[in-house]
Amino acid sequence: MDKQNSVKFWGYRRPDGRVGVRNHVLILPTIVCATQTARQITELVQGTVSMIHQHGCAQVGADYEQTFRTYVGHGTNPNVYGVVVLGLGCETHQARKIADEIAAQSGKPVELVSIQENGGTLSAIAKGAKVAAQMVQDASALMREECDFSELIVATECGGSDACSGLSANPAVGVVSDLIVDLGGTSILAETTELIGAEHLLAKRAVDDKVAKRVYEVIDAMEKRAFSMGIDIRTGNPSPGNIRGGLSSLEEKSLGAANKSGTRPLQELIDYAQRPTKKGLVWMDTPGHDIEQLSGMVAGGAQVVLFTSGRGTPTGSPIAPVIKIATNSRMFKNMGDNMDVNAGTIIEGTETIDSVGRRLLEEIRQVSNGKLTKAEILKQHDFGIWRIGPTF
Amino acid sequence: MSTNQYHAVIMNPADNVATALADIPAGATVEMEVQDLHFRVQLQAAIEFGHKFAVKRIGNGQNILKYGEIIGVAIADIEPGEHVHIHNLEGKRGRGDKLGQAK
Repeated sequence: MDKQNSVKFWGYRRPDGRVGVRNHVLILPTIVCATQTARQITELVQGTVSMIHQHGCAQVGADYEQTFRTYVGHGTNPNVYGVVVLGLGCETHQARKIADEIAAQSGKPVELVSIQENGGTLSAIAKGAKVAAQMVQDASALMREECDFSELIVATECGGSDACSGLSANPAVGVVSDLIVDLGGTSILAETTELIGAEHLLAKRAVDDKVAKRVYEVIDAMEKRAFSMGIDIRTGNPSPGNIRGGLSSLEEKSLGAANKSGTRPLQELIDYAQRPTKKGLVWMDTPGHDIEQLSGMVAGGAQVVLFTSGRGTPTGSPIAPVIKIATNSRMFKNMGDNMDVNAGTIIEGTETIDSVGRRLLEEIRQVSNGKLTKAEILKQHDFGIWRIGPTF
Repeated sequence: MSTNQYHAVIMNPADNVATALADIPAGATVEMEVQDLHFRVQLQAAIEFGHKFAVKRIGNGQNILKYGEIIGVAIADIEPGEHVHIHNLEGKRGRGDKLGQAK
């Protein structure tokens, strides 16, 4: 790293001006019925990625909109060179509408394939594979160019937390979050559920009263969902693994999780899968569910994800590198297949929180340049949407 | 055996619990410092890595503090050195099961 206030990386410039750290061709099934066909295309064509999911039909209102936004956000994410939108034909989330929206917002290559209009699975696979193969070749001709860290949106999350999460990896992510903000970039804090009990600390850091008020509103809405089910939220969160790791209550988990946000002012609070309108620290309203929050932040445009874990987790995204950070050395050794960075050195007293935070910044730079994360190498293409309405 | 071979940490001077940074056997004496405060606690039970134990007496109904913030409430009297976990600590938030009882 040359200068204190300018960190560079090599990225792919997109037609909308945004910068990707990967150059994927995304086969985007907009309906559960098309996911297997999409998977078959990825097996035929190198350089393509896709996801298995269960969404895209019989959804209405705000729930329909949220799913729509998540699909479009994955297509427009700058880590994607171009998109083959794959639909069945009769679903509520019409592939054509999603393809048009991705093309209009991003200006990137988009192709549409419908299983019904192409006369079935095999013809749709053939059509999809043909357009994808051309896109992959075009993508491969694109050169990386020098980009500034101010163009990065880094998502942060924790999953499979233990009592060390709040002592080591989360505070280290807080340090790197501050560094990214100071470099002019954006850091996304999420998992509203896991900020219940820590909201007063974040509201104090809000840039204005409007943002502070929204903090209490989203926390209240999340807590009321637990009330409406008539249960103790502890029956689901903290999870059994969190509890075995020593976490006793949601508040304890939240206070540890909030450390990921560092110390900088909270600029805005955005909806699930919405793109930040401000730089700096931004809170996206998501549940604590690892995959749902991950997909929400990637749909919001995050190019890189930092994911801390105490128990260990394989989680990854089809389009964004997820850097997995262990809170303790024991798990880092035990789950070496999945973990990228060890913050357990903080617990052992051999490294400071600041030093691990600076190590994370360097890891983000290398991964942005193309270094593969464990989740990418293992093809951990997780995807899940936070559903906010019933299926009809 | 020296008494401070067992690692545990208190995050904030207001806290009434500490977190074990290693598996610590029952009966071990643990010494910890947070700012100007010094604590010396003999463990009443074996405490696993990552788990908490009381560093002060915590009465039934009293708040339990870590990071200087409330992480829950004691549902039994807790003596110094006792394991603090879901058997004697209840969260106060997201308690849909308590609706109608509280008011």
